[in-house]
Amino acid sequence: MPRILGIDIPANKRMDIALRYVYGIGPTGAKEICKRTQIDPAMRSKDLTDAHIGAIVKVLQESFLVEGDLRRQVAQNIRRLVAVGSYRGSRHKKGLPVRGQRTKTNARTRKGARKTVGAIRDKTARKIDGSTKGPEAAKA
Amino acid sequence: MSRSVKKGPFVDAHLQEKVDKQNKNGSKQVIKTWSRRSMILPEFIGQTFAVHNGKIFQNVFVSENMVGHRLGEFSPTRVFRGHGNVSGKK
Repeated sequence: MPRILGIDIPANKRMDIALRYVYGIGPTGAKEICKRTQIDPAMRSKDLTDAHIGAIVKVLQESFLVEGDLRRQVAQNIRRLVAVGSYRGSRHKKGLPVRGQRTKTNARTRKGARKTVGAIRDKTARKIDGSTKGPEAAKA
Repeated sequence: MSRSVKKGPFVDAHLQEKVDKQNKNGSKQVIKTWSRRSMILPEFIGQTFAVHNGKIFQNVFVSENMVGHRLGEFSPTRVFRGHGNVSGKK
């Protein structure tokens, strides 16, 4: 298994697919890298020579923001939103959708797995309401 | 789709006027505004705006990092008081 930039070890796949295992490289980026390094996109990554890998690394360093640096930049952008006190920042902080999606239902990607909140009131209230009142209240 | 660059950033004319006036004579008075949709321009840095959130005017001190955001982003319109706490009822 070849290594690109130290950590990433793409599998036995076509080059245009394998390159996407690097964080920050998608379909377009992978194609561009193949073009600029003149590697056949259909070649398997196990067949890469050292020269090929050198060429890929060179292109990456020249014109791609990748892995740690990219992650850092994303985190920094979010930190800025939070620090400046914007609405988007507060949504990030609360772990809720940032771009105005509904949260009455769905939004599970941001909110994580469902946490059922049982409506356990005091006993008298429970008798009055029966069990018809659904998830509404909980004390911790 | 994002806004055409050709048009430049949107700022309500009445707000722009007030900011220009304040910048000219160097005053830093709080500018009361309903114009949540106005984009924060570099000229706004250092000014304080009282941005309406539908109920009250929230003071927003504009810093460098806020440029490019809208005034409304800093004056939340909703208050989340949490779920539960039925104890008060009945």
